[in-house]
Parts: sequence; structure tokens; C-alpha cells
Amino acid sequence: MTTVSRISRPLRTAARRAKRSWIGWAFVAPFMAAFAVVIVAPLAYTVYLSLFRQKMIGGNAFVGVENYTQQLTNPVFWDALLRVSLYMLVQVPIMVAIALAAALALDSARLYAARLFRLAIFLPYAVPGVVAALMWGYMYGTHFGLIGNLDDFFGITLPDPLSSNLVLASIGNIMVWLTIGYNMLVFYSALKVVPGELYEAAEIDGAGAFRVIRAIKLPAIRPALGVAIVFAVIGAFQLFNEPNILKVLAPNAISSHFTPNMYAYNLSFAGQQYNMSATVAILMGLITVVVAYIIQRVAARKEA
Amino acid sequence: MAITTSFTSNPEAPPAGANRTAPSPVAAHVAPKRMRASGLLRSPRKGRKSILLTAVMALLMVYSLLPLFWLAVNSTKTQGALFSSFGLWFSGPFALWDNIATVFTYDDGLFARWLGNTLMYVVVGAGGSTLLATLAGYGLAKFDFPGRKATFAIILGAVAVPGTALAVPTFLLFSQLGLTNTPWAVIIPSLITPFGLYLMWSYAQESIPTELLEAARMDGAGEFRTFFTISLRLLSPGVVSVLLLEIVGTWNNYFLPLIMLSDPKWYPLTVGLNQWSEQANTAGGEAVFNLVITGSLLTIIPIIIAFLFLQRFWQSGLAAGSVKQ
Repeated sequence: MTTVSRISRPLRTAARRAKRSWIGWAFVAPFMAAFAVVIVAPLAYTVYLSLFRQKMIGGNAFVGVENYTQQLTNPVFWDALLRVSLYMLVQVPIMVAIALAAALALDSARLYAARLFRLAIFLPYAVPGVVAALMWGYMYGTHFGLIGNLDDFFGITLPDPLSSNLVLASIGNIMVWLTIGYNMLVFYSALKVVPGELYEAAEIDGAGAFRVIRAIKLPAIRPALGVAIVFAVIGAFQLFNEPNILKVLAPNAISSHFTPNMYAYNLSFAGQQYNMSATVAILMGLITVVVAYIIQRVAARKEA
Repeated sequence: MAITTSFTSNPEAPPAGANRTAPSPVAAHVAPKRMRASGLLRSPRKGRKSILLTAVMALLMVYSLLPLFWLAVNSTKTQGALFSSFGLWFSGPFALWDNIATVFTYDDGLFARWLGNTLMYVVVGAGGSTLLATLAGYGLAKFDFPGRKATFAIILGAVAVPGTALAVPTFLLFSQLGLTNTPWAVIIPSLITPFGLYLMWSYAQESIPTELLEAARMDGAGEFRTFFTISLRLLSPGVVSVLLLEIVGTWNNYFLPLIMLSDPKWYPLTVGLNQWSEQANTAGGEAVFNLVITGSLLTIIPIIIAFLFLQRFWQSGLAAGSVKQ
């Protein structure tokens, strides 16, 4: 059987190569047409905007990388970038760790009512980010929120989650709440396809539960883990919805340049500074791509 | 001897383990799968349920459900009771039906309009993007054509391009085309999902045997006929899971409509609800917290119901996305 497939493989690839034709484009073309309008054109336009500037004299003028140097020496930009970096370094590990632990617990077959847990913990994923931010924002509030209730009940003053010290952590909590369930299920699905023979072999070798997790389960989950981390990091760098909504409830704690995305948004819609806004968007896009790439490389190297 | 022969179809399996767990040759062949499914072989300590582990998971469940419970409880309160009562229990007159009625009549019934808009964006946007991603994912997985590798690389690169980074330039472009403040400004950008295409590509590679397509070609079937009569059926679990991801994405979309639309009559629910919430802070604006809370509840109920009913589909779809890389 192996000999046959060894001979037939080159033949089959040759036959397939002969069929190389343009018909595949018929399937791909509609997507690519929309892709050109929705992604390529705005991307090109952003790059163009970032290289020009509206001058008092002479109108729209090419300025090279001047906008970039200006933003890279702008403390407001750095302030926002550092804030989302700090947020990312705390929020992403916490979220991934909880989701991973929950997936391992579901997979351990040692839970009562595992189906119920799977469904209930996943439910927040269906909640729109806006509703989540409004809901948590109200709960954080001292007027009719839970914090206010607890204060009244115990006659104490809990730290205000919407104060400038804590608001970033409060936002992180909303994002953790929204994304744990989805990631838990992705990890759990990856665990389910581990062949049962591996567990049998481990049992024969007398491996304990934690050794099984380390030697079998974590390697099986690693690709899914890499993807989840990359998406969580992208989400962290692009933080916008939650702080922008909470800003209404905590105007003193959240500035208009709280995150790079809010900064870019306000440059455009409050300041009409489209060139600067485009520059910030491109810088953030580049930083995101570089960080995502590094994470992928690290994940891939560990796999090898 | 009988035991080892029963394992010839699966030479990787350790016979010793079979020996221990299975008394008869037939059972030896069947047991590993069945016992694994029932969880008996998962942990060395033979699936003894753990109360401690269950309690920890219960805490996580409480964390996940608490805000939803808070929302449900507080949508039954009048605005006055909201401020004067404990958040996690019912209080005051049961005002849920009044609140719902007010949600639908406030601002000349704008909420119903927002609900209709959201449904339209979901049907056209999520439906359209799933169709495009399915066609293209299939084309990239099953055809060799000039420029295929480059096309695939470009699309994968776009997965990393964050949608929000492009939002402002897209707005500027669309405003020059006169598309802003129309439904098209929300629908067109939601037609593209590089991640959905990637999922469909991996699913098509996995689930459609190339031999089957070659056989159809031999029989003289056209490529599109083959796609719609044979391939689409094989792809359907993947299609449903991409569709669900897209429905959630479009239903929850906030940033794009926020910048594209200025006329409340085109708002989706998310942007509309936030506008009601902000109303309390604007000069002369009326605080309508009870309406925001009830409206939020009404916004999440349909999508939660959809998820409960379609569990089977998204759970298999998630597996496809996590395993293949």
C-alpha cells in the first residue's frame, strides 16, 4: 500500500498542476473585490494621509515622515501606548489563565454538571461589548450600582472602580468577563481531539494528573493558545469601545486620549486633524503586527 | 493472541492497556473510544467527581452570570426603585412590562427602528460575508490558479490589520463617495472577514476530498454546479459556524456605525442604547436608565436564544477553528 501511494503521488501532483487554470479566480474574485474596497483602499488612503499635511500656505503638502516623528516624540501618544501595553501585560495572561484552567477542568471529567458550566460561562460572549460596558459601568457606579449597595449595607467606602487609579483594571475586568467563555470553549475543543490512546499510555506509565496536563494536554492546546493570545493582544492594543462608553460615567478618570485608538478617533472627529489621526492609526497597526508576529514566532519555536 | 489481532486496525494502541481495561477481544476494540467518551479514562483516578473542582467552577459561573442576573432584576424596576433598592434583588412595583412598553414607545418608537436596522445589518452583512468567505475559502483550498499563494498571503496578513485602525480612513473615503450616513456605510465594511475566510479555507481542505471533485469533473459537471450540489453540503458545518461568528460580530458592532452614522434612524441597537445612556449627561437631557437597562436586556435575549438553539453547530465549528492551523 505504501509503495503504491509513493509512486502515484508525483503523478497525481503533476496531473493537478496541469489543471492549473483561472477557474479558481471565479470563486475568489467576489471576496477580493470587496477586499479591495474595504481593506486595501482605506489602507492605501491612510498611508497617503500620514505622509501629507494641511499647511496654511500651499494647502495639502507632502511632508515625508514628519508626521511620524512628531507623533513619536509626542508624550500624549506615548502615554496612551504605555497604558494599553500595561493593560495588555495584565489582562491577557489573566484571561488566558482562567480560560485554560476552566477548559482543563471541563476536560477532566471530574466536574458535576459540566454541561451547565460550559454553557453558562460561555454566555457572556453573546453579550455586545456596548451592553457589557453599560451594564458593568452601572454596577461599578456608586448611585445605584453594586458598589453603592455594598457601601450602604456595610457602612463602608469601597474603592471606586471608576476612579483614575482603578478604571483600567475595571475595563480589564469587563474584557475578561466577555472573552473567557469563548476562549475556554476553543481550548476545550482542542483538548477533545486528543487521541484516547495517549491517556491510556500515560496511565500505564503511572503519570499523575498534573503530568498528563503538562505532557499531553498543554502541547495539544498550544496552537489554539497561540491564536487566542494573538487575538487578545490585538484586542488590547485596539481598545476603544469600553473606555469610550465608560468615559460618560467617569469623565475625570478617562481622558480623550486614554488609548491610542481613542486618541486617533478624537483627532479626527473632535479635532479634524485627519493626517495625525492616520499617522497614529498606521503606527498602531505596525506595532500590533510586529507584536503579533513575535508571539507567533515564539509559539512556533516551542512547538518545534 | 486474540487481543492483539483485534488491534491490527489500530497498531498505535498499546496492547497492554487493552489487556487491563478490556476483558474480551471485542470489547478491547470498542472500549477505548466508548470509555473515553464517557470520561472513564480521562484521569488516572478513574473519573471520581471532585466537589472542590466543581465549587471553583461554580464561582466562575457565578461571575459569568451575575451581571446578566443584575440586568434581568433591574429591568423590572422603575427608575426610582433603581436608585433606592439593592441591586441584586427585586424591589418596588414589578415594572418590566411597563419598561418594555416604554422602550418601544419612547422617542416615537425609535427602539423598534434600531432593532429593525440591526436585523437588516445582520442579515445582509453576516449573510453576505459568510457567502463571500465560503466561496473564496473553497476556491483557495481546492483550486490551483495563478496568484493563489500571493492572494492567500495578503488575506492572512489582513487578519492582523485591526478593523479599528482602518475605520477613520474608511469613513473619510466613504464620505467622499457620499456613502456615510446610509446603511451601505455599515454593510459594505462588514462584508469582509479575513478570519472567516481562513476558517472556511481550513474547513474546505479538511472536509472535501480532492478525488471527489476530480470524479465530478470526469463526469463533466461544471465547477459551480459541483460546488452547489456536492461541496456546499460537505462544508455546511463550517458555514454555520462562520455564520454564527459573523452574526455575533455584526449584532455587536459598535465602532463602525458610531463613526459612519449621524442620523439616529439608521443606528443599530448598540449605538442607540449608548446614546440613551449618554442622554443623562447632556444638558437638558432626560435620564432614562431604566430604558437603557431594559433595552440592553432586549438586545441580548435574541442572540442568547440563537446560541442556545444552535449549540451543536458552533461547538463543532469552534473545534475546526482551534485545531487546524
